[in-house]
Amino acid sequence: MQDSLLQRVTTAITGWAVALLLFFPIGWMVLTSFKTEGDAVKSSLAFTPTLASYGEVLARADYLSFALNSVVVSVGGTVLALLFAIPAAYSMAFHPTARTRGTLLWMLSTKMLPPVGVLVPIYLLFRTAGLLDSRIGLVLIYALMNLPIVVWMLFTFYKEVPNDILEAGRMDGARVFSEVWHLLLPLTMPGVASTGLLSLILCWNEAFWSLNLTSAGAAPLTTFIASFSSPEGLFFAKLSAASTMAVAPILVFGWFSQRQLVRGLTFGAVK
Amino acid sequence: MATLTLRDLRKNYGPMEVIKGVSLDVADRELVVFVGPSGCGKSTLLRMIAGLEAITAGELQIDGQRVNELGPADRGLAMVFQSYALYPHMTVRQNMGFALRLARVPRAERDRKVDEAARILQLEPYLDRRPKDLSGGQRQRVAIGRAIVRQPRVFLFDEPLSNLDAALRGQMRIELSRLHEELNATMIYVTHDQVEAMTLADKIVVLQAGRVEQVGSPLDLYHRPENLFVAGFIGSPQMNMLPATVQEAGPSGLAVALASGTRIVAPVAAGSANQGDSVTLGIRPEGLRLDPDGPIGGEVRLAERLGGLTLLHVTIEDGRQVTVQIEGSDLTRPHETVRLSVNPVACHVFDQSGRAFTHLLKHSLAA
Ligand SMILES: Nc1ncnc2c1ncn2[C@@H]1O[C@H](COP(=O)(O)OP(=O)(O)OP(=O)(O)O)[C@@H](O)[C@H]1O
Ligand SMILES: [Mg+2]
Repeated sequence: MQDSLLQRVTTAITGWAVALLLFFPIGWMVLTSFKTEGDAVKSSLAFTPTLASYGEVLARADYLSFALNSVVVSVGGTVLALLFAIPAAYSMAFHPTARTRGTLLWMLSTKMLPPVGVLVPIYLLFRTAGLLDSRIGLVLIYALMNLPIVVWMLFTFYKEVPNDILEAGRMDGARVFSEVWHLLLPLTMPGVASTGLLSLILCWNEAFWSLNLTSAGAAPLTTFIASFSSPEGLFFAKLSAASTMAVAPILVFGWFSQRQLVRGLTFGAVK
Repeated sequence: MATLTLRDLRKNYGPMEVIKGVSLDVADRELVVFVGPSGCGKSTLLRMIAGLEAITAGELQIDGQRVNELGPADRGLAMVFQSYALYPHMTVRQNMGFALRLARVPRAERDRKVDEAARILQLEPYLDRRPKDLSGGQRQRVAIGRAIVRQPRVFLFDEPLSNLDAALRGQMRIELSRLHEELNATMIYVTHDQVEAMTLADKIVVLQAGRVEQVGSPLDLYHRPENLFVAGFIGSPQMNMLPATVQEAGPSGLAVALASGTRIVAPVAAGSANQGDSVTLGIRPEGLRLDPDGPIGGEVRLAERLGGLTLLHVTIEDGRQVTVQIEGSDLTRPHETVRLSVNPVACHVFDQSGRAFTHLLKHSLAA
């Protein structure tokens, strides 16, 4: 059906309005990062751009080591979560038992508990196990944190794969591993990829656990931002510069993978 | 290649029993067809043989070996699904070669076998396409090709032709027959289409509600049905079923009277029949003839002229409808009154529980 011009214009205007609204804080942050501290507290748009804040931020902290930690713990946490979630979701989607639905709901319910509720036990566990301020510790906690969502998403993608195809594979001689590796994963690749991307983004932006469980050695970029907010009061320009540098990689990454994300999240895994 | 033995196989879904004790022997190179109405358990039985459904009770043997506990991957059977179940992300060549790839067959040999199967099924031009770029008939052939390539012990088919149009179905039926000859394979074929069953089978197994009603060659089942269900299920157009009463049991057969009083002698052993018992008289449509001196009178309601065959739907004196099948193009018109005579060979009598009385005449084609 052909939409009328008016309809298309309205849709376009609404779309852009929502997009601008969502983008405004990020845009403002990026703008502020190019101001001097003096300009930053004024609410005027007229200023002369300067890279001074970036210079100061880079001089004061080792951006690259924070960024590397972010990459390692995000990728590690996502890979570990997928490693457990793929077989779990397979078993729940294709060999369900009477308790499968209940298990899924229970897993999701763990996300309703505020993380701070388990901070003390986790902290003590980590201290005893020597995992404080270690990348492995963060990888573990990130994987656990995202596991429910990752299992749920994979489960819904797997549900769309016709059982017949996997049964045909079994008749062809595939055992569980071949069935998942040669049939299920390729068939649900868009879904698995978007699940992985979402998990990556969630890990990258995670601040609660990284602030509480790391200090210097394993601290990711969220800690890097935080280190510019507390000690000497607020310096908006430097804080904005640090934040911009922290979110830039994931924004760029998100931009390049958005097609994949949208495809996986809206069209389902298998036509 | 392989024999198959089913010993009192049973399947329960929770408290509900859907396969209620099926025993059957499938000989080497035999093509056995499971046929029956929808929901009777054909697919379930086939999937139990395949290993896709667990067997609740009973024993399944392949070549004399118990296989109940083996998974589908270890039974060495191939299955063609009703939905084809092709791997959408693989080309036709990869689809057909998947089983060999899993079995770590070297690439050259794999390609040779796939090419061979593609030749038999005339799929050579499509080897590099994906399933979504094929027609229904071509997909069907790929699914069959995927089974052939593995040289399985037994082929299992679950209504493989039901998604094809009538013309293609007829053509594929002939191809499957040819394939059975060419491959010398043991095959089990599930269908609810009795024409498919009749034309393909060495042996037909008629199932109803999880039980075997009768096992036999197609002509056996057609000419010597053991009960009302099989008599009504096999044959198209359906057998005419008329309520009747036993008049007299003699050495040459059972004399029965229709509701209108017409007396017909059916050549069946009287068994335990007594005078006055209610029975059902079954007459195949080709067992009724137009005959001016015939014992049954009636009025033609509808004439279906198929060219080589004519089907007359006649309302007989007791108010029942019967179908009369006449060879050639008959010109009898609707509303004409006609008289019919009965060919005793095509007559069957069933007692009240639906069991057939034994025929006295040996049919030349039935066992
Ligand atoms: N997973 C299941 N749980 C419970 N009942 C089932 C299940 N699968 C099948 N059934 C029941 O078992 C019976 C046999 O089903 P089956 O699919 O074997 O029938 P069918 O003969 O193949 O029929 P059709 O010709 O329609 O394919 C049906 O009554 C069906 O409802
Ligand atoms: Mg079925």
